Amino acid sequence: MVVSHLRKCDKGLPNSPRTEIMVYSCALSRFRSVERDSMKIVTPIKRVVDFNVRIRVKQDGSGVETANVKMSMNPFCEIAVEEATRIKEAGQAEEIIAVTVGGGQCQDILRTALAMGADRAILIETDVETQPLAIAKLLRAIIEKEGAELVILGKQAIDGDNNQTGQMLAALLGRAQATFASKVEFTDAGLKVTREVDGGLETIAVKMPAIVTTDLRLNEPRYVKLPNIMKAKKKPLEVLTPDELGVNIEPGVETLDIAEPPARPPGVKVADVSELVDKLRNEAKVI
Amino acid sequence: MSIIVVAEHDNNALKTSTLNTVTAALQLGDEVSLLVAGSDSGAAATAAASIAGVAKALHADAPHYEHALAEELAPLVVACGAGASHILAPANTFGKNLLPRVAALLDVDMVSDIIKVESADTFVRPIYAGNAMARVRSKDKLKIISVRSTNFAAAATTGGPGVVESIDAAPPVGLSAFLSQEGAETERPELSSARVVISGGRGFGSGDNFKMLEDIADKLGAAIGASRAAVDAGYVLNDYQVGQTGKIVAPDLYIAVGISGAIQHLAGMKESKVIVAINKDEEAPIFEVADYGLVADLFQALPELSAALDRLPAN
Repeated sequence: MVVSHLRKCDKGLPNSPRTEIMVYSCALSRFRSVERDSMKIVTPIKRVVDFNVRIRVKQDGSGVETANVKMSMNPFCEIAVEEATRIKEAGQAEEIIAVTVGGGQCQDILRTALAMGADRAILIETDVETQPLAIAKLLRAIIEKEGAELVILGKQAIDGDNNQTGQMLAALLGRAQATFASKVEFTDAGLKVTREVDGGLETIAVKMPAIVTTDLRLNEPRYVKLPNIMKAKKKPLEVLTPDELGVNIEPGVETLDIAEPPARPPGVKVADVSELVDKLRNEAKVI
Repeated sequence: MSIIVVAEHDNNALKTSTLNTVTAALQLGDEVSLLVAGSDSGAAATAAASIAGVAKALHADAPHYEHALAEELAPLVVACGAGASHILAPANTFGKNLLPRVAALLDVDMVSDIIKVESADTFVRPIYAGNAMARVRSKDKLKIISVRSTNFAAAATTGGPGVVESIDAAPPVGLSAFLSQEGAETERPELSSARVVISGGRGFGSGDNFKMLEDIADKLGAAIGASRAAVDAGYVLNDYQVGQTGKIVAPDLYIAVGISGAIQHLAGMKESKVIVAINKDEEAPIFEVADYGLVADLFQALPELSAALDRLPAN
């Protein structure tokens, strides 16, 4: 495996002899010595209100109703677990560790990750509503302890819509970040990642170890089969606390209240195109 | 209060998102400096310094800033912003990629995607794809904020002091490298800031059919958008996507054609002033947010719309 990587040594690197590229190339040799098939992947995941549920804001403005609401793994996290599983199935990783931060009920999504393909799971148990920076600090502790070279996580959770944790984790670990990934390929130098950016698709090369955050088109997560759900029940699930990891999770941003968005006034149906054009010209005055 | 806005630009011109972010910054205080980091980016720095209301542009020019890689920019933003009261950037893929990295290096919790400034430490931001609005307060001394462009008017591009202060670039980090970019070349207005947007969904059935939108877009001076379903189906590239995880738009007129109206699509367009929905399924959720709904087959309605626009007398 390592030999074949050596042969394709310069694949994925730009031709331009710019300064930063030269710095980049000089460090390739360090990664060549890594046996990639012994690589560990950590996939941090989050439990959120299922994406099909229409959420309700609590009357007192204290939050969003989550009691008796279907909860699931965040869709971007499913894509992360799927990607890690495919990498392992391709013989490029040895072990996948799924990690989440939250209450005891979060064990359900860890079991889902184990059924999808993770080998073991870690719950960092806390009832505090943690901010992305605290989560990134907890994850750093796990990743350093496990010696994981690759971290794949969702680009954002569909509840808080923060889109921060992966980038923060990369900063804390001093690693490269490949965010909003729609394609991930291994090269001898590390990873070649296609990113979904405002201008279209951007392809970058990042050195390993690295953090990848997933976008929607990276893959289509598999349906979990019943025998795998049964097997997942026997896979190890470790429970740790923020204290045990020596991380202070006190938030620096507090939520004062949560409100319904302003409602749009009801619209009208128009009979045909000419009525539509007439309304847009004479009523709404937008054309 | 010294406020840093990290400018988004293409080394030549500023992106409109930078102008919207400056407006948000000026609501926090009046000492706003723009940080322009790029390569051969003197023109962008000059443009930044001429924005109305800013104090100056800080300009760092080095080859490793050419492609706005977060690993390279973050140490520079940290160096410039460590003593500031606020650091802001647009909440698009540029700012989303960069600012959390900066925040973690400075050990500060970040506030993403604000739509309103209530005070120097309190902001409103959408959560759950815009189905709830959270009022949040940052307790950190330094506040790091990304700004939803559509909720703040663009600052004027002239009237600024014209002061450009050169600053030293940080040494190259070398963890990542830009390889290539693929995007749609278009003469049409930029999707995020267009006055009129016309978007298509899975109802078009193919990429060729999707081109039917171009003729109407040209007549309306509109940008073209797409639902996630249309992008997933390969009709158009991802840079057309409007939604929770695509672009957020709030034009004067948004026309949704053959789009059912999934929650995640609505999150990207429901702040538009006037919404038109054309869909043959009268039960489609898009009609719940539409000001004007037309239940019709798009393959009939679009040619009719095109002809009707031709007949429309000039304003």
